[in-house]
Amino acid sequence: MSTVLHDPSPAQQARTAYRRRQTVLSVLIAAASTAAVGTLLAVTVTGAPGWDRVQQTFLDPQLARDALPQVLTGLWLNVRLLVCCAIGALLLGLLIAVLRTLRGPVFFPIRALAAGYTYAFRGLPLIIVLYLLTFGVPGLRLQGTPSVLVLGGLALILTYAGYLAEVFRAGIESVHPSQLAAARSLGLTHRQTMRHVVLPQALRRVAPPLLNDVVALQKDVGLVSLAGPIDAVRAAQIASAQTFNYTPYIVAGVLFVLLAIPLIAVTDQVTLRAARRQSGG
Amino acid sequence: MDPKPTPTAGPGPNVGPGPNAGPGPNAGPGPEVLRCRGLRKEFGGQVVLDGLDLTVAEHQVVALIGASGSGKSTLLRCVNLLEELHDGTIELDGEEISAPGIDPDKVRRRIGMVFQSYNLFPHLSVLDNVTLAPRRVHRRSRAEAETRARELLDRVGLAAKADAYPDRLSGGQQQRVAIVRALANSPRLLLLDEVTSALDPELVGEVLTMIRDLKAEGMTMVLATHEMGFAREVADQVCFLDAGRVVESGPPEQVLAHPTQPRTRQFLARIIEANRL
Ligand SMILES: Nc1ncnc2c1ncn2[C@@H]1O[C@H](COP(=O)(O)OP(=O)(O)OP(=O)(O)O)[C@@H](O)[C@H]1O
Ligand SMILES: [Mg+2]
Repeated sequence: MSTVLHDPSPAQQARTAYRRRQTVLSVLIAAASTAAVGTLLAVTVTGAPGWDRVQQTFLDPQLARDALPQVLTGLWLNVRLLVCCAIGALLLGLLIAVLRTLRGPVFFPIRALAAGYTYAFRGLPLIIVLYLLTFGVPGLRLQGTPSVLVLGGLALILTYAGYLAEVFRAGIESVHPSQLAAARSLGLTHRQTMRHVVLPQALRRVAPPLLNDVVALQKDVGLVSLAGPIDAVRAAQIASAQTFNYTPYIVAGVLFVLLAIPLIAVTDQVTLRAARRQSGG
Repeated sequence: MDPKPTPTAGPGPNVGPGPNAGPGPNAGPGPEVLRCRGLRKEFGGQVVLDGLDLTVAEHQVVALIGASGSGKSTLLRCVNLLEELHDGTIELDGEEISAPGIDPDKVRRRIGMVFQSYNLFPHLSVLDNVTLAPRRVHRRSRAEAETRARELLDRVGLAAKADAYPDRLSGGQQQRVAIVRALANSPRLLLLDEVTSALDPELVGEVLTMIRDLKAEGMTMVLATHEMGFAREVADQVCFLDAGRVVESGPPEQVLAHPTQPRTRQFLARIIEANRL
């Protein structure tokens, strides 16, 4: 940015004025079209013959207020699970991806194991892993078996690590071999090359898809309630079963979206930054 | 940049050539730094190096010339142990570095290599590119490594770019940083693989000047090049590679002006013709 005072030429002034007019115009068009579509939707829905009934069963303000504490308690479980599982899955995924890049016959068993892991856990439906861990493992009646909640979190970590490992691996493989040659030619070991040259470049490139998977994870953590622990959706289910009214689900849905907004905003920000870096900006 | 052998270097300068070092056509003036014998390298059945011999003496500059695909890059990569050999031996300061059980990472610290495509690390600033190996490999403190890096950058007129990222530098500047990065390890031997080939003609000069200065400081170098004029000027010895062998080698005025081998003559004639176009 130049701080030197500069009088724009008439040509530049005309360009600036034109651009400003265009911006104002497009904002007006956007506002008008949004208002039109919104009104149309509102009129259609509220004018529908069953609207009164739907309003009662889905949007009862009193029931919403009543259900909020339970749903919030459930949501707190979602949040804790999300944080722990996201960290766990990212670390495990990174480890598996790095193991898959080891070269040489000595590491064949490790490589094969890591590859087998990603195949197995990307293929297995999460629900099956969840049942196997939360019902199967306690069934063994071993000493010190962790709680169902921990086992459920473990199932999430194991499954998501399989996906994240592949994202990490794509990032690692996107670093050009000439970067490795340059690093090794300086005398860096394989580990040092990974740590200081390959991973920093790889992580920057795959940060957006990684965060995207974390957003997906946020919706899947609720599945642990299948094994017993009460998350937001399960809390809503209990509340709605008591009143034969679906309003608690709407409460949970709104809370989920509110929870996702910061995460999605961060993802968008990171994606934008990555795109800008790509274009050399 | 240090013409004196580094402490890690094998035999000192007063140790004579090894028992096998006859006064062959390759024998240079100083003690031998590099000796390749019978190097063989294949890529999927295609023989790229076919019993190649090469000797480089201390302070000597050897230019590798030859058609595209003759194996120049492969030879340099083999010397730096970036490729696995299929036969032959490589000695650095009399120590066989191709022997089993030798740690290639330790060998590479003593050999600098610069690539045609610079290969700077894009996520690191110029300063961090240069200090990476001194800090991580040689365990120097950040302050010590940076002081020396700034000194080296200053000598090639790049002090002002220390904090810039590689993508903000011109090709010539990037390549000079790449050379500085290799020099920061105080290598015993510098391998340069067509370091000017990716550069715009007006940027070639600044890199060649740097190599000229390195020669004046006594750096031992092997460089693959398509710049015959530069090879003639800077090299003590020119080796013409063809089909994975050194077909002809000797002082530049002999190999470039009065080649004895028909293959060399053909190659040079083609180059002259291409330059006329
Ligand atoms: N990694 C590789 N895999 C397969 N073949 C390779 C590989 N590297 C080099 N080759 C082959 O080896 C031969 C020699 O390549 P090399 O790069 O050493 O030639 P060069 O003399 O450096 O050529 P140029 O002047 O074009 O740089 C070529 O035929 C090339 O196709
Ligand atoms: Mg080459």
